[in-house]
Amino acid sequence: MGENGAGKTTLAKQLNGLLKPTMGRVTVDGDDTTRRSVAQLSRRVGIVFQNPDHLLFSETVREEVGFALKNFGFEPGVIVKQVERTLEALDLAHYADTSPFLLSGGERKRVALAAVLAWEPDYLILDEPTIGQDYQQKERLRNFILQLNSQGKAVVMVTHDVEFVAECNPKVVLMSKGRIVAQGQADEVLSDDGLIEKASLVKPQMAKLFSQLGGFGFPRDVVDVHRAKMLLEEKLSEVKVRVAQSS
Amino acid sequence: MAGTQGEIIAARGLGFQYAGSASKALDDINIVIGQGEFVLLTGPSGCGKTTLCRCLNGLIPNFHPGEMSGELLVDGVSVAAETTSELSRKVGYVFQNPENQLFALTVEKDVAFGPENLGLTREEIRARVDWAMDAAGTVELKDLAPYELSGGQQQRVALAGVLAMKPSVIVLDEPTSFLDPRTAEEIMGAVDDLRRENGITVIVVEHRLDLVGRYAERIVVMDHGRIVADGKVEDVLDAEFDRVSGLGIGLPKVSLLWSLLKRDGLVSERLPTHVESAVKMLSERLSN
Amino acid sequence: MSLRVLNGFKFSSLKTPVHRLDPRAKFLLVLGIIVPSLLFTNIYLLAGLLLVQVPLLLVGRVTKRWLQSLRAGVFLSALIFVVNFFTGPLVNAVALTLRFLLLMTTFSFFFMTTSPDDLGLAIDKVGFIRWLSRRWLGYPNALSFTFTTAVRLVPTMAVDAQTVVDAQRSRGLELDKGNLLKRVRNYIPILIPLLLIAIRRSLELAEALEARGFPGKEGRTSLFELRFKTVDYALLAISLAGIVLSFWVFFHYRVPTI
Repeated sequence: MGENGAGKTTLAKQLNGLLKPTMGRVTVDGDDTTRRSVAQLSRRVGIVFQNPDHLLFSETVREEVGFALKNFGFEPGVIVKQVERTLEALDLAHYADTSPFLLSGGERKRVALAAVLAWEPDYLILDEPTIGQDYQQKERLRNFILQLNSQGKAVVMVTHDVEFVAECNPKVVLMSKGRIVAQGQADEVLSDDGLIEKASLVKPQMAKLFSQLGGFGFPRDVVDVHRAKMLLEEKLSEVKVRVAQSS
Repeated sequence: MAGTQGEIIAARGLGFQYAGSASKALDDINIVIGQGEFVLLTGPSGCGKTTLCRCLNGLIPNFHPGEMSGELLVDGVSVAAETTSELSRKVGYVFQNPENQLFALTVEKDVAFGPENLGLTREEIRARVDWAMDAAGTVELKDLAPYELSGGQQQRVALAGVLAMKPSVIVLDEPTSFLDPRTAEEIMGAVDDLRRENGITVIVVEHRLDLVGRYAERIVVMDHGRIVADGKVEDVLDAEFDRVSGLGIGLPKVSLLWSLLKRDGLVSERLPTHVESAVKMLSERLSN
Repeated sequence: MSLRVLNGFKFSSLKTPVHRLDPRAKFLLVLGIIVPSLLFTNIYLLAGLLLVQVPLLLVGRVTKRWLQSLRAGVFLSALIFVVNFFTGPLVNAVALTLRFLLLMTTFSFFFMTTSPDDLGLAIDKVGFIRWLSRRWLGYPNALSFTFTTAVRLVPTMAVDAQTVVDAQRSRGLELDKGNLLKRVRNYIPILIPLLLIAIRRSLELAEALEARGFPGKEGRTSLFELRFKTVDYALLAISLAGIVLSFWVFFHYRVPTI
């Protein structure tokens, strides 16, 4: 996370070899990225770019999703199966033989995601996946990401959507002007005034709320609505009881 | 009634179907917007928000052909009778993608583009450009090229270009999608300031209510081409919370929190729409 | 020959007297140099025409870039020299190579010191172009407008091109492998997205422009105007004289190569 120009996408591109470091080293599973080609690294690290229009070129969704598999040299039989599986998982099976250009914006984003998930990279990088999505689409995306993560995949999200991050509560890396300024759990990092300021972000609403309720003994590192509710519930019930007792 | 004093936009039975589409994008839209209002137009993807906006400045049906039915009046004149060029004097439009609205090689030339089309004298154009660039906070950028600007700067320039037309209504279609949250708040604040200082009516299409909730007085919720809720933000969120949240709109977290607490009978006030009012209400309660 | 040669034709936004010359006058100057260089093969003349531009380049502070582009153009000049060396007298080879360098320098000078803005404004004034634009596209300023927009979009499209390449490489596309046929085919996943992005962008831009009143009335005033200054008139006069003189000499005398 970080403002535009902080270096988030630049860092992401280092992870699959599109960019090579001019100082220091980047290793993926122990392999130095300068010693491997982008194609080799991409096999393990998949980047889903922000704008699906930068990827789509095939006649059908099926071909599009199978493109990378072909490039990586999978067997035709395997390709067919993988494509089917991925289309099912992303609810795109009914579009398999449609041209990707006829789909809506949100659907094209799903096709782009499918195109990368098809080869099941161990590390998945999503560049600004929530832009232009409405709340329902974001909900689906969140569930999908959590599901992937629970299956053992590493997921890296480049984003500045603090509310979305607050809902996922992952580990957060804050960047500013090409440096990492903080690393930690979302609720700690996003509720810290100093860090938020440095990274030019805004605090999630819950954090803003609780930073002003400190006087009542509430913790500050709250970003999730449900945790907020539980904390307030306690105190509010106490108040209710006290009010009832005194009357 | 349409054309009445103080009303700037009036739609009656407005409907629209894009050419080649099987279903109506807008279905029986009835709405009246007064001069100087700040309206938040929201709804799930594909509900018709952008379609409605395009009707306001003539892009529908001139740029996007299709069948239009019903009546839509802007500033007393029916849109069906005017061209986009004529309507651009009344209704300004800021698009979602900051970069694709700017065509000139310098900011100053881009802002001048609109007034140049109006057939004004050079002095008038100069005056408008200077005013608009100042109002939108882009004076230091005037000799830069669009691709040298950040997303937020580009949106400000787009805003300046629209202001230079001196419209009475400005429509912003998801203007902050590509911007980071801090810049988004700045832009929304700037828009609200402009509204107050110049009496411009503002219509913002946005999914994320927490960004705009602080400024918008009125919210219009659409779904499947119809208006399903229309009223003051606090009223709509309070009365129709479940329905509205079921539509998948990005409700402010404080409102969501409040509705959860209310359900358990822990609070009874109306839903807050932004943090400040929530803080106030909670502090009061907890101090008892 | 890398892309760096293109640097010698890219506008460098400085504020020198040369930059401030009216583009129409500069263009006539360019013609005033090109015409004699194409009509004659006299080595002294060609060398002179080349050298006369050096002070202009110096005042315009673009000499470094010009030298860079010359260096990159070495390959082509050498080719021209060698081909002519084997097909004619030595002096011819020298003359033609000189001519090539001369032409490159002139165009380079023009584009480095003339902003695309001003070029657009200049094109907008040319009667013939306005007429053509009106016939073809319906509006007198449409052609110059198309030109300026195209120039403005170049850097943006360059960024898009890089992003598309990155995105496809991240899907295992290897652009530097395979035989010629395969390599050409590998560019399809690059060209198609670019084409579509360009189309989509044009549509969005068109929409935005109409939303700001384009095309507007016939009496469209532009905020900026090109105006001839004394020095521009002087330049015009000299260039015109040079062109006329060149033709006159050409038709009346035989000028040898050396």
